[in-house]
Amino acid sequence: MLITCPYCGPRDVIEFTYQGDGNRQRPQPASQNLDAWNAYVYDRLNPAGDHNEIWQHSGGCRAHLRVVRNTLTHEISSTAFARGDHNSVARHRAEDKP
Amino acid sequence: MSPRRTEAGGRIDRLRTIRFTFDGAPYTGHAGDTLASALLANGVTLFGRSFKYHRPRGLLTASVEEPNALVTVLRGEVREPNIPATMVEIYDGLAAISQNRFPSLAWDISAVNQLGGKLLSAGFYYKTFMGPVIGPLKGTRFWMFCEHFIRRAAGLGKAGTAPDTARYERMNAFCDVLVVGSGPAGLMAARAAADQGARVILAELEPHFGGSANWSGETIDGMPAADWAARAAGQLEGRDNVRLLPRTTVWGYYDGNTLAALERVTDHKETPGKGESRHRYWTIRAKSVVLATGSLERPLVFPGNDRPGVMLAHAAERYAIEYGVLPGDRIGLFTNNDSAYRAALALKKAGAVVVAIIDVRPELSSEMRKLAGETEAEILSGHAVIATEGGKALSGFKVQRFDMVNGALSGDARSIHADCLLMSGGWSPTIHLASQAGAKAEWNEALQAFLPPKPTTQQWIGAGAFTGSFSTAEAIAEGRAAGLSAAGATATPAALPAVEAAPGDPDPAPVFEIKAEGKSFVDFQHDVTADDVRLAHREGFVSVEHLKRYTTLGMATDQGKSSNIPGLAIMAEALGKPIPQVGTTRFRPPFSAVSIGSLAAERFGDLKPERLTPMHDWHVANGATMYSAGLWYRPMIYGHPGETIEQAYVREARGTRESAGIVDVSTLGKIAVQGPDAAEFLDRLYTNMFSTLAVGKARYGLMLREDGLAFDDGTTWRLGQQDFLMTTTTANAGKVMQHLEYFLDVIWPALKVHVTSVTDQWAGAAIGGPKARQILAACVSGTAVDNAALPFMGIVHGEIAGVPVMICRLSFSGEMAFEVYSGAGYGTHVWEALIEAGKPFGLVTYGLEALGTMRIEKGHVTGAEIDGRTTARDLHLDWMLSKKKPFIGSAMMDREGLIAPDRLELVGIVSLDNQPLNGGAHIVEELDEANPHGSLGHITACCYSPALGKYIALALVKGGKARRGTRAYVSDPLRNRFGPVEIVSNHFFDPDGSRMHG
Repeated sequence: MLITCPYCGPRDVIEFTYQGDGNRQRPQPASQNLDAWNAYVYDRLNPAGDHNEIWQHSGGCRAHLRVVRNTLTHEISSTAFARGDHNSVARHRAEDKP
Repeated sequence: MSPRRTEAGGRIDRLRTIRFTFDGAPYTGHAGDTLASALLANGVTLFGRSFKYHRPRGLLTASVEEPNALVTVLRGEVREPNIPATMVEIYDGLAAISQNRFPSLAWDISAVNQLGGKLLSAGFYYKTFMGPVIGPLKGTRFWMFCEHFIRRAAGLGKAGTAPDTARYERMNAFCDVLVVGSGPAGLMAARAAADQGARVILAELEPHFGGSANWSGETIDGMPAADWAARAAGQLEGRDNVRLLPRTTVWGYYDGNTLAALERVTDHKETPGKGESRHRYWTIRAKSVVLATGSLERPLVFPGNDRPGVMLAHAAERYAIEYGVLPGDRIGLFTNNDSAYRAALALKKAGAVVVAIIDVRPELSSEMRKLAGETEAEILSGHAVIATEGGKALSGFKVQRFDMVNGALSGDARSIHADCLLMSGGWSPTIHLASQAGAKAEWNEALQAFLPPKPTTQQWIGAGAFTGSFSTAEAIAEGRAAGLSAAGATATPAALPAVEAAPGDPDPAPVFEIKAEGKSFVDFQHDVTADDVRLAHREGFVSVEHLKRYTTLGMATDQGKSSNIPGLAIMAEALGKPIPQVGTTRFRPPFSAVSIGSLAAERFGDLKPERLTPMHDWHVANGATMYSAGLWYRPMIYGHPGETIEQAYVREARGTRESAGIVDVSTLGKIAVQGPDAAEFLDRLYTNMFSTLAVGKARYGLMLREDGLAFDDGTTWRLGQQDFLMTTTTANAGKVMQHLEYFLDVIWPALKVHVTSVTDQWAGAAIGGPKARQILAACVSGTAVDNAALPFMGIVHGEIAGVPVMICRLSFSGEMAFEVYSGAGYGTHVWEALIEAGKPFGLVTYGLEALGTMRIEKGHVTGAEIDGRTTARDLHLDWMLSKKKPFIGSAMMDREGLIAPDRLELVGIVSLDNQPLNGGAHIVEELDEANPHGSLGHITACCYSPALGKYIALALVKGGKARRGTRAYVSDPLRNRFGPVEIVSNHFFDPDGSRMHG
């Protein structure tokens, strides 16, 4: 399986670490809603088809990617930085500099 | 007479004699021989005993599909079982033994199993050993009781116990076109793709390229086909864009056109070259794949078809033409198709007498009549073989008139004297890789075979016999077209090499079995007979998948390469359904057996990467015994001559507590956490506060996982307002880094924090003990190290021997201690300066054992206690759980199950019988050596404590805190260690910390 890292291009899956279901929603840090925490920590979607996943390019640029992978065919229909639009983040950071 | 070497011919080097042994007896062969061909040339026909009935078995095939002739190859103490003799190339000193026989191959006691044939039919074990419903051996216990004996009687070779010393390696390769198989189709495909400039890899599982060209006896481009193939392979070898992989089996076809292959690099060599690996595991990523894997000949199913001397027609042809070996003198041929006539003629030309050709078909084509005429054999069309004769070797066979429409036998049976019987039941394309790639096989009625369909998601193209095009001329044309297409070029008309071949119709007669009295084998390796298949049907197994599991047909090491289709045909007949409606099983990787060593490859042995601390060479030069921890190597002890490990670590720990000791802590994970939000980030990560930490101070921190269990601990140093240096445990350095990156990237992208792994940038030395401060004072310049300048958890910057260092006063040993960090490149320089400064003060170097001893005495936790199941409370670290802020794990850590009173809690254990304790031993309330039970928990770490003069341990014990001061027992049945202990606080030594605070 090849995953196309937006930085590094198409790379073998061996360079990546699976970091779990990308649909999980982390509750607000101070939330005391145990059901929400429980869902976040333990509940996973298991679709037969397209699945949103988080992969880290741990053997490369180390960025986390949002990957849409078909669990039946392993076809990857999209990859993007988990941080969102990376350029906007980079710009945002540049503006913060004194 | 028996099989023998021909006077001339074959692609063996008759001038080179090779000496080897089989079952201890010496034999000779020639360079180019396989173990199978060499033994056959020596007249050996008995190669093994069958799996269930212990029937004598000989060679059925000449290649990877061999089900019978499995041997164990010995290399020194190392033994490798279940290798087909057809795949072992002989070398001087080769030692192979036969399998599944006792006391010897020729006289095998368990051969009496044949007499009880009815007993051992399909499902025998399931039916017989489902034990009684009551009693001590009820249910599966009875099976488990019997299994030991059954396994010894039925089976294959025995695995060895000696560690495999061979080296294995893994290679990644990329190419535009991978060609699997190097017969005429594969060679043409490789050449055509290479001509287009594509990067080509050509993999061939045999030692020589050429496939069927090596033994077809055909003529290509006016030269013997074998010469044509050798020339074609030679031309490819010289090209920069072609990589040739002989002895390489492509065994797996995975997603994204990723293929796995096993290259047998040195199995054929007497002594491997220096550094040469035995096997190489190739991961090949190909833009496009040409599958030119050829086809496998099928046996016919008739009584006695497993007797040594009965073999596939093409295999005999191959032994004669490629190896110059005649498998017999008087040869019969039994066939349902035209392809085998060529084999008979080849054996006739090599010097054998072809006594009879038995063809199930009533009429032969004029071409076949002509070929048969050349063999001078008696032609019995419309006949079938109904039995074979002989003991451990074939002496003859019986034939009878046969009607292929209804399968009826008629007329008188007649015996024919022969020492070899060739059989051919048609050909099955080797579609395994295509099937693995997801393609569902399609039945072809004319060819009576499953053909590969069009590829679906994967990028492959088939060529030659693989596609059901069995003639060499077709293979050449299809190979070229496939090569061009795989390289992205369009096929243009071109003059193709001319082929002179024997004529023949590729379509066999639809006959798979001759029903007559006696055992007719379908799966030779698992001893599955045609009656077994029918029995399975009678007992209600109708799905081909169930049939397979119930009879174990096709489940042996050969994975049914020769038995799948005949088995399916017999099942289809029993069901009264056509074969395509019965379906076939899907092939899974591997195509043939793969060495476990090749899969582990670089993870073991001298190819495993090593991480060495900057002071590594110093440790080795100064007598350290190194200990491998993950990829790291760390000093375990610095032993003196004659010391035991315990004596050494006790001396080191005592020396540290009496004067001072120094230990290399460079392996600790170190992460620079920097940025405007660094303090906020650490507050969210750790259970305790870091935003309140003053610059120039360090703090011990604990991290939890999202589920509320403890994750890792370590100190974090505030070097600047926005600049922290986090340390982690050695083992968790990578995991913690990933944890941090995940939260910054995915959960809190708005936090302005950057994390950098700096583990390898810093060298660290921890120096502790009553005289540690004096030693530092003697060698540190540029800063004071007294209590005012360097209080507990304080950080100062200075110099040692001209090198800038950072010193933090913190303690793992419980002594007044300091961690001295310098740039990694100066690690040894600073270390040596500290050693020198420590000499007048009696400074000792200590290793992991003494480090562990002192931490147990102090009751500190490490990975043995933070084991993924313990909470902060279990480890008495609840004082670190801040109530002022949420942190990772804070919401989940108070769940019912995590605060229950009977949780395993950290305690100290003191041995009351003054005997050592063992890690993993259980703690029990009442001792019961005969029937150990009632575990309260287990020991996580243990040592002899010089400070206490006792054997002590840390343990996780149910409700441990409340048990302090009570008696219990250690119960360790594995090591037979039972004895009384006392449960105490985990803080054994200096519980109020007066020594470390000074």
